[in-house]
Amino acid sequence: MSDVNFNKLLIWVNALVPLGLLGYDGVRGQLGANPIEFFLRTTGVLTLTFLLITLSITPLRKLFGMNQLIKYRRLLGLFAFFYGVIHLSTYFIFDRDASVSSMVEDVVKRGFILFGMSALLLMVPLAVTSTNGMIKRLGGKRWQRLHRLVYISGILGVIHFWMIVKSDIFYPAIFGLVLVSLLGYRIYLKAKPRLAGARSTA
Amino acid sequence: MLIKKPPSVKSSEITDEGTYLNRRNFIRGGLLLASAGLTAGTYRFFNPTPLPPAEVKDVSAIEAPKSYSTDEKPNSLEQITNYNNYYEFGTSKDAPARNAQKLVTRPWTVEVDGMVQRPRTFDIEELLKFEQEERVYRLRCVEGWSMVIPWIGFPLKKLLDQVEPLGSAKYVAFQTLYDRKVMISSFSAGIDLPYVEGLRLDEALHPLTILATGLYGKELPKQDGAPIRLAVPWKYGFKNIKSIVKITLTDREPPTTWNQYATDEYGFYSNVNPAVPHPRWSQAKERRIGELGLRDTLPFNGYADQVAALYEGMDLKKYF
Repeated sequence: MSDVNFNKLLIWVNALVPLGLLGYDGVRGQLGANPIEFFLRTTGVLTLTFLLITLSITPLRKLFGMNQLIKYRRLLGLFAFFYGVIHLSTYFIFDRDASVSSMVEDVVKRGFILFGMSALLLMVPLAVTSTNGMIKRLGGKRWQRLHRLVYISGILGVIHFWMIVKSDIFYPAIFGLVLVSLLGYRIYLKAKPRLAGARSTA
Repeated sequence: MLIKKPPSVKSSEITDEGTYLNRRNFIRGGLLLASAGLTAGTYRFFNPTPLPPAEVKDVSAIEAPKSYSTDEKPNSLEQITNYNNYYEFGTSKDAPARNAQKLVTRPWTVEVDGMVQRPRTFDIEELLKFEQEERVYRLRCVEGWSMVIPWIGFPLKKLLDQVEPLGSAKYVAFQTLYDRKVMISSFSAGIDLPYVEGLRLDEALHPLTILATGLYGKELPKQDGAPIRLAVPWKYGFKNIKSIVKITLTDREPPTTWNQYATDEYGFYSNVNPAVPHPRWSQAKERRIGELGLRDTLPFNGYADQVAALYEGMDLKKYF
């Protein structure tokens, strides 16, 4: 097995460990007094965690020259989507009694649901166009432009988390801080040549 | 002439391919296991498994008139003691079970003052000598979940009768202990502390309103608000203030913690009302702890027959 394939295996195993533990605790009846709420919250946090890990690939490559990390970005992004789909399905089945009309009504009524739903829906085109074939068909530039949607997804996702918390914003704030740094670094990279240009003409 | 240079590494020292691959596989296997262990450990750190209930003393209680109790099946002691909102001991549902054990409940006094004929301070032992009744009540949290809890306690009216409220008193204000030695900061909790709550005097005198001192035939577990707390079954759970140290009779609507935090989200009355949605929880339905499906939420949490008259002529959408 090549190193790349082994590293992918490493990601697969570690990404599925939380789901395994959720399942194990669930079977033992150890998800706490409100298992549905626990499962929902945990899969939501996992979605955001994988989203942020995915968004950290580019900064890590640029800052530490770890270019080979690009090979694992797709897999990490797909795991974010994977946990997001589980999160949404749990909400749909157990919180909305699997009723589409009830879900639509909920999206309209409760702001944080709208944010979460949009965050996940924006990830759908990204997951669909994640294959090598789709990258070729779209062409690198267009594919890249499309995949910038992930930034919006991340922002909406963190707002969604922030809004559901009653008063203790510690965890949403941590996620928010990491997201702002990761996106801020990208803005800095974009602005740097312009800043340098401005300085040389001054 | 061809001079054969001896190789710098003796052939005996070169690892043969089989051993090399074995070693590599061994390292990889170790890496897989170690990383999975680390991930699992991280997960467990953030999601610890529930604790067994702490030991509490048995207490005796008489059975209350049937009309006050529901015959629905109560939630288990494990559910009641591992799923709590008690922000002074952490904002997650499982934190109070772990952190509230540090709460010191003896000695304990409850000071009753304000607009009363005879202000006085009650020792908890005195309050435990009031005739204790079992009341099996539904509890509906504003977050959309509910439980059935077999409380032990006595009507708040009995205590108020002893201090004799003045004719001018219109409201009752309550305050929770705030002990920074064992409780988290107001900043960490995100709400102002000490926790304060309030009732209108007629609500406080209603026979359903009790001061609970126990549940399941035992003294109150600490995470449930030991040693004495309010139980007002037709209002959202946060009105049921825990670990009370002070009760004040007053003529104006007292400030209440969640109302001050978000006035448009949590009203002073906070009667359970499926028709008034909260911005994050619709309130039309609820999940009974232990059930997977949802139940319809009832007006006044199913106690409308007993309490709706208190609010006659009031617009409950305005006074939510």
